[in-house]
Amino acid sequence: MSRAHRGAEPRDAMSRVVVVGGGPAGMAAARAAAKAGVDVVLIDAGAKLGGQYHRQDSRAGTERFGLPPGVEHLAESVVWALEPVPGGHRVHLRTGPADAPGRTGRSIDTPALVLATGAYDQVLPFPGWELPGVYTAGAAQALAKGQGVRVGERVLLAGTGPFLLPVARSLLAVGAEVAAVLEAGNPARWLARPAGLLAGAGKLGELAGHTAALARHRVPYRTRSAVVAAHGTDRVEAVTTTRLRPDWTEVPGSRRRLDVDAVCIGYGFTPQLELAVAAGCALDGGFVTVDSAQQTSVPGVLAAGELTGIGGAELAAAEGEVAGASAARRLGARPAPPVRALRAVRRGRRFAAALAAAHPVRAGWHGRLREDTLICRCEEVRYGELRDAVREREAYGGRALKLVTRAGLGLCQGRICGRVVAELTGELTGEPGQSAAFARRPIAAPIRLGELAESPSAHREPGAGPPRVAE
Amino acid sequence: MSPDVVVVGAGIIGAACAEALSAAGLRVTVLERGALASGTTAAGEGNVLVSDKAPGPELDLARASRRRWPRLLAALREELGPRAAETEWDPKGGLVVATTAEAVAPLAEFAAAQRTAGVRADRIDPARARDLEPHLTRQVTAAVHYPEDAQLQPVLAATTLLAAVRARGGEVRAGTTVTGVVRDAGDRVGGVRTDRGSLACGAVVNCCGPWAGSFAAAAGAPVTVLPRRGMILVTAPLPPDTVRRKVYDADYVGAVASGDAELQTSTVVESTRAGTVLIGSSRERVGFDGTVRVEVLRELARKAVALFPVLADVPVMRAYGGFRPYAPDHLPVIGADPRLPGLWHATGHEGAGIGLAAATGRLLADLFTGAAPELDPAPFRPDRPAVMSQAVISPAVISPAVTGPDGETAA
Ligand SMILES: Cc1cc2nc3c(=O)[nH]c(=O)nc-3n(C[C@H](O)[C@H](O)[C@H](O)COP(=O)(O)OP(=O)(O)OC[C@H]3O[C@@H](n4cnc5c(N)ncnc54)[C@H](O)[C@@H]3O)c2cc1C
Ligand SMILES: Cc1cc2nc3c(=O)[nH]c(=O)nc-3n(C[C@H](O)[C@H](O)[C@H](O)COP(=O)(O)OP(=O)(O)OC[C@H]3O[C@@H](n4cnc5c(N)ncnc54)[C@H](O)[C@@H]3O)c2cc1C
Repeated sequence: MSRAHRGAEPRDAMSRVVVVGGGPAGMAAARAAAKAGVDVVLIDAGAKLGGQYHRQDSRAGTERFGLPPGVEHLAESVVWALEPVPGGHRVHLRTGPADAPGRTGRSIDTPALVLATGAYDQVLPFPGWELPGVYTAGAAQALAKGQGVRVGERVLLAGTGPFLLPVARSLLAVGAEVAAVLEAGNPARWLARPAGLLAGAGKLGELAGHTAALARHRVPYRTRSAVVAAHGTDRVEAVTTTRLRPDWTEVPGSRRRLDVDAVCIGYGFTPQLELAVAAGCALDGGFVTVDSAQQTSVPGVLAAGELTGIGGAELAAAEGEVAGASAARRLGARPAPPVRALRAVRRGRRFAAALAAAHPVRAGWHGRLREDTLICRCEEVRYGELRDAVREREAYGGRALKLVTRAGLGLCQGRICGRVVAELTGELTGEPGQSAAFARRPIAAPIRLGELAESPSAHREPGAGPPRVAE
Repeated sequence: MSPDVVVVGAGIIGAACAEALSAAGLRVTVLERGALASGTTAAGEGNVLVSDKAPGPELDLARASRRRWPRLLAALREELGPRAAETEWDPKGGLVVATTAEAVAPLAEFAAAQRTAGVRADRIDPARARDLEPHLTRQVTAAVHYPEDAQLQPVLAATTLLAAVRARGGEVRAGTTVTGVVRDAGDRVGGVRTDRGSLACGAVVNCCGPWAGSFAAAAGAPVTVLPRRGMILVTAPLPPDTVRRKVYDADYVGAVASGDAELQTSTVVESTRAGTVLIGSSRERVGFDGTVRVEVLRELARKAVALFPVLADVPVMRAYGGFRPYAPDHLPVIGADPRLPGLWHATGHEGAGIGLAAATGRLLADLFTGAAPELDPAPFRPDRPAVMSQAVISPAVISPAVTGPDGETAA
């Protein structure tokens, strides 16, 4: 028998659907599978359900989301590795506050794994972005919604895409002044895609609500604008902004200085791919490829939500519902086809495509990088060093690139800089950048060496019966 | 002008061969299907060890390489300047420890045999071992200090060697897959065929690492080189001096010499210039299967914590791995292929290719130019039975579409 199997309790051995991620997609998947009559384990890193969009105040004593019986919710639980086993996959998780000792370990085998790990927002480096006071839009929103914390008194938001608006609103809600929202693109382009626009009617209504709220607070919303530098000694004291041409190069003479004490950046999203990559799921354009039943290229692995494309919480939930039904089917249930959800997915995907087309990232920002602009914050790799290493050593691929430049080797493992490094080296070498190489992280979340060393059998529940023999 | 030699593969071995051939005055072109140094060379550690080898031809090659690396790197610093020739070379020394009573005698015997072969292997008592490595476990029962063990960063080393090739007028092309060799009228190598057209040349060196077997088959002269998988753990950066040398448990030696297919791990713990600690490495024969097995990582972690209990609370940031190229008799394959004049092999270095590269490049260049080699090349001959007898010529890869009809002229 396999030694690793000793730890599996009977109910952890191929008897339940496992959903990773408790955002809109993961919650919907768990509900749909439970409704079809199968047992579900829902694993999420957060203390409470909701993910990014429905982030709850972690200080409140209540839980907003109910889950049907048959769903076991494992909160504060991180899946740090995933491996194939005969007939399915084994997820390895640790439960407990991430930075405290005493997390417990567990591994669960499942024939139907739903990945709903979401996405995080992307920063494009500019001089000064390493100063305290510069946040990703998602982090700022998480602090506001999750802990009632405002990242600054007077905050500037910059990036591209409609999701800057709800972040501005969250900041207003915790009493911050929003100095401006700078949109690098030109949302008038939405009009070029009537189909997507129509599909996103509900979404646009929601966004219109945000716009109205910003107007009430007299928050300036400027299109074709960006932040080009942050200034300050110990933290952000001011920023320089500029107007952009359609290719994101600067309009000469349009620079302005603005006093703010925090900046939030969001240039689109990067999906949280490590588990999907570990499972071997095929990718397309940086997102997980799925069929109409949300099945990935790997049997027994489904994906839903922002892993498959960026289209908002409604689309994520609809995909989750479809994935949950598909997962239940793998366990022998026969749920009715989720017709409404399938329709919502089709509509949502059109909106997502329009969104992607309307908010591309243009290469004009490269021109604003200076010799000493930090590219990788963890390893303190500056643009000049990256460029020289790439040119002199002709390094452009995967690990070799990382080892030559050190970019992406630090604590965040390239989550922040990977896409940027791939884009910049692609430009420097003329070879396509390999951003997927940065998503290959067999250890999906940090784990202490001592935790890794522990035998899983240390956590067998008493009376769980004899170990299962699976191989 | 067509090159004298095409080196196929830009790993550490291809880079070292190309460097040595260009130093001998030959016109060299290196062709690499991926990015430079992106194969096994980017997937391992940079140990340059004499400590892990028993007396024999591999130890001889290792000692020659250990002597040559610092000289070669010094010369390249002169030639290319300090920045382009930076390789993070660090002659930090190694410490091998036994942690059980049973392991004391074998370690002592092993070290004694190495000493007779000329290796510096100093027996020290456990207390002295803990002076050298203050965080070492108290379970140490015996220890041997190897001051000659060193380390470098493999990708920097390979790209430095390739920079020298370019500086001397050679060419290095990434993103070019060599699909076969073109034979001339005399049934000798007349060129290579690639996915970007053919290239005439006088000779070809097969430095394809774990893929050397497929390339040799495509060239019509198969050799047996197999992949042996290995994984490494990397921790978050630690304070300097947490781990000072390369420290490993004595069962490492057993794992290297063994042919068992099942999992073997032996812990080598070492720090890098960036402050991270590398914990390697496992040995598995699973073909080219890249799936990560948690059990393997667990085993590495368990042994590392046993050696350095202080590491238990340190976060692991990543795991990575690759496929060591090995020949069935666990010796490198270096030299001319008698079946196809103009075809050479330099491969099969298993878990020691980084360390062995400097001497391998030199040996290949000496054999190529007819200079007297520094050491006996016979044990590494490609036509030894272990490498050629089991190699089968698969009809699928030796079809004319791959090797080309005799006498075809290359562009
Ligand atoms: C700043 C910002 C503002 C937004 N505003 C809006 C808006 O106004 N309207 C809208 O429709 N959409 C908005 N979105 C998009 C919305 O957040 C997403 O569409 C939605 O949350 C996606 O749902 P999901 O379930 O795919 O992922 P998420 O909601 O991101 O949930 C993923 C969950 O997976 C967990 N997870 C990830 N990896 C692991 C692991 N290894 N182990 C355990 N758990 C893990 C995470 O902790 C997280 O809880 C916004 C997004 C951002 C970043
Ligand atoms: C986990 C691990 C730890 C290790 N630790 C150490 C250590 O500490 N010290 C040490 O000395 N060694 C170590 N090694 C071993 C060492 O990494 C290898 O021996 C060495 O890298 C082999 O180098 P190579 O150039 O032969 O192969 P590679 O680096 O694999 O180079 C071969 C190249 O050929 C290219 N190629 C293949 N086919 C073609 C084709 N048809 N056309 C064009 N190009 C082609 C490939 O893309 C590849 O880049 C370790 C290995 C592993 C896996």
